[in-house]
Amino acid sequence: MAEHSREAAEWSPITGKLAWNSIPWEEPIPLIAAAAVGSVLFGTLIWVWRAGYVPYLWREWITSVDHKRIGIMYCIFALVMLIRGFSDAVLMRTHQDLMYNNGGYLPAEHYDQIFTAHGVIMIFFVAMPFLTGLMNFAVPLQLGVRDVAFPTLNNVSFWLTASGALLVNISLVVGEFAKTGWVVYPPLSELRFSPGVGVDYYLWALQIAGVGTLLAGVNLVTTILKMRAPGMGYTRMPMFCWTSLAANLLIVAAFPILTATMAMLLLDRYLDFHFFTNELGGNAMMFVNLVWAWGHPEVYILVLPVFGIFSEVVSTFSSKPLFGYRSMIVATMVICVLSFMVWLHHFFTMGAGADVNGVFGVTTMIIAVPTGVKVFNWLFTMFRGRIRFTTPMLYSIGFVVTFVIGGASGVLLAIPPVDFVLHNTLFLVAHFHNIVIPAVLFGLFAGYTYWFPKAFGFKLDERWGKRAFWCWIIGFYIAFMPLYVLGLMGMQRRMSAHYVKAWEPWLIVASVGSAIIALGIAAMAVQLYVSIRNRAALRDDTGDPWDGRTLEWMTTSPPPSYNFAVLPDVSHEEAYWSLKEGAREKKRLSDRPDYEPIEMPRNSPTGFITAFFTTVLGFAAVWHIWWLVILGVLGAWATFTIFAWRDHHEFEIPADEVERLDRERREAKAQLLGIPKEATA
Amino acid sequence: MPGIGRDWAARVAVGVAGLFAASCSEPGLLDPAGPVARGERTMFVNASVIMAMIIVPIIVLTFYFAWRYSAKNPRGRYTPEWSYSGRLELLVWSIPALVIIFLGGIAWIGSHELEPSRPIRSDVPTLEVQVVSLDWKWLFIYPEQGVASVNYLAIPAGTPVRFRVTSATVMNSFIIPRLGSQIYGMAGMDGKLHLLADEPGRYRGLSAHYSGEGFSEMMFLADAMPRERFAAWVRGTRRTGPVLDGPEYLKLERTAATSKAYTYRAVVPGLYQAALRHSGTPAREQSRSGRED
Repeated sequence: MAEHSREAAEWSPITGKLAWNSIPWEEPIPLIAAAAVGSVLFGTLIWVWRAGYVPYLWREWITSVDHKRIGIMYCIFALVMLIRGFSDAVLMRTHQDLMYNNGGYLPAEHYDQIFTAHGVIMIFFVAMPFLTGLMNFAVPLQLGVRDVAFPTLNNVSFWLTASGALLVNISLVVGEFAKTGWVVYPPLSELRFSPGVGVDYYLWALQIAGVGTLLAGVNLVTTILKMRAPGMGYTRMPMFCWTSLAANLLIVAAFPILTATMAMLLLDRYLDFHFFTNELGGNAMMFVNLVWAWGHPEVYILVLPVFGIFSEVVSTFSSKPLFGYRSMIVATMVICVLSFMVWLHHFFTMGAGADVNGVFGVTTMIIAVPTGVKVFNWLFTMFRGRIRFTTPMLYSIGFVVTFVIGGASGVLLAIPPVDFVLHNTLFLVAHFHNIVIPAVLFGLFAGYTYWFPKAFGFKLDERWGKRAFWCWIIGFYIAFMPLYVLGLMGMQRRMSAHYVKAWEPWLIVASVGSAIIALGIAAMAVQLYVSIRNRAALRDDTGDPWDGRTLEWMTTSPPPSYNFAVLPDVSHEEAYWSLKEGAREKKRLSDRPDYEPIEMPRNSPTGFITAFFTTVLGFAAVWHIWWLVILGVLGAWATFTIFAWRDHHEFEIPADEVERLDRERREAKAQLLGIPKEATA
Repeated sequence: MPGIGRDWAARVAVGVAGLFAASCSEPGLLDPAGPVARGERTMFVNASVIMAMIIVPIIVLTFYFAWRYSAKNPRGRYTPEWSYSGRLELLVWSIPALVIIFLGGIAWIGSHELEPSRPIRSDVPTLEVQVVSLDWKWLFIYPEQGVASVNYLAIPAGTPVRFRVTSATVMNSFIIPRLGSQIYGMAGMDGKLHLLADEPGRYRGLSAHYSGEGFSEMMFLADAMPRERFAAWVRGTRRTGPVLDGPEYLKLERTAATSKAYTYRAVVPGLYQAALRHSGTPAREQSRSGRED
């Protein structure tokens, strides 16, 4: 039998498998990286503590159940993890530059952890939380409601996601991460071939973060289905709400598959089960089917809400309603259903036979139809519009142009015989980055710039935003087009050494691209700094800086904790636009409503404390420290039980307070629409 | 089982890496060397052209609309209310649908024509090679010739070759990019792949599926040679090298390391079938029951 890794450490009842040599003292790169990150983190904590911000952060953010605050925390978390995931990408690119004939500068063992971590972090801890953050922030506002259906659960979801990410990052210093690729195919991920703790870190991190994602999905589905403003029927919901609904339905349907599959792998590794092992009747093919039954819908979980963001952005900045609103809804739901019918295209090369491959090739291509419809509808939204080239709009145009190329290479790979020769080459890597970067990341950046003034009351600096955009898009093309060529030249993915001279120049060009992307990230950091410094000049008092069309622009920026003093009455597809039009025509705002006191949920530390215990649980399980596992389970359970027995869960905002704040809002609106002040009464 | 001495020195030690540097700088799909790869390239090119016919106009239209209807361009008409047109909707759904019907047809026909398990039509009888992926090397068994080799695949040019691929370890995928299709090697599964090399030549072969630490070095040399030379290679191979029997196979399987190329002068009949049947069983049990079945 092949022994793939070093001997497992001795087990002790107190520390489990954890020992002094679990820390990779002999590898400088992770240690230096961890030391750098650690000191930045520690320094920030010290600064926060000395400046006396701890009580504020605890009260207003960490324990907050306000969907906007939680959304913002998700986005900050995702941006931080983006830097971690991108550092992995830089390590890979530079390693591949140097690996011709000599194996580069990273040991294969380390390189294998890096590409696994890059995939896991970018999908689970950048794309997913960024999206969840934007959905959390914008969906309740767009629906014209005060919060999500389950506010405390929302906070729990966020902290569970953070707990999973923390475990992945701990693995950088204590032990190792998986060396299997981001979907941990068995038998490689089984104990026999991966005896170390890397796969265990992966599994526990995903199980914990996966619960968070599933709960967030349940929360948003419930919110969208049950909690819309009066008059907002399904065919009056903004496009972003529709695509969020579709994505969260997919989360609710697909994430349990992931959880169950990973649970089976955990049973294999911890209790000597044989679901996916080579021996004793295990079947690795089963894992491959299951993981892609989650994995392909996952692609659409990421892409669909972003399609919604682009729909909002293109319509707003073209100053026109979205073209073909109803056909967009149909296209969204068709994609939602079809996404479950294509998973086999991830393994055409495993010998399923001509008929099966043919069927899945065709179903895969069929998804291109509703997607094509969406692209055309965005184009016709721009048609005869009055387009303002703000940063979000630039991202949208960059997206359309780049995404159709990625879509086309996807259709090529959906032809089974083409896949037979290009599967697992860099052509595939280029293809999915060509989808994920324009169709997920660019959309997230567009959404970030678009909703930033709503969240903080001032716009982001446009000049630096545009610089970041140009670096990102140019960097993307230079970094990933060479990978298409390398794929056609027969270069496989995940190589840490090679002997083909002809590949070298293309790899170096790709690295230049990643350096330009690094400039893009730097420009975004500068943008944030410059914008905060100039916030007075960038201030938006109207709550409606872009001449928006959906309800989030009706309230103030930042919105009060209850979002709307009085829930808006929706009588049109573009709820806020029609109100604005009405006010402009009649030269007056709607009648002053009767204000009532508002009941809002109290903040709760449940999420933070639960996540503390799940982190303990995950870490202890990875290292087989059983007493600590029991402590973690009990702690998490007790936290929830105590929460369930709480007496006071709401507080009241008095009516005159609501009225005072809303009067200011109405005055600002009147000014925005050019209505004399007297008419606000 | 006759005990046969292991003459390690007699093994044809070939530095695989060195050979690649010398002979394998050629591109993969761009330069097909057999009918399968050629068929795949044709399909790739055709589909690319069809796709280009739709995506190029979209890209041009995007830029045109962005320029024409820019708020700064006074010539663009502005219709602030317009958001629906039945005719455009019909067009918007039918253009992608038509393209996809067309491409779907190509995919369906292609996946039948180039199905890896489908034999290649030829007047020359097919050669069978049995492939076992190990950590991190390739074992090739020639059942009709009774010889075997590691990391070196000799095949006659112009002759269809039927590969049967399995794995005695984790998943791997058997591919020679210039000859075309790949097929996964998985424990307990019997993958079938048909390839043909038009001309004599040396081609890069490798695993297309990541399989752990030694993955990048898990390469083999596919050496397509004239039929007479292949026959001579078989004769020469039968004269030198060790015999691949049960214990020898177990030793090979258990050593998790990359390997240079070498050959076996004889191989126990039914070894591939045994590997297929037993790859699921831990090695210690295999050694207890033996491999002689």
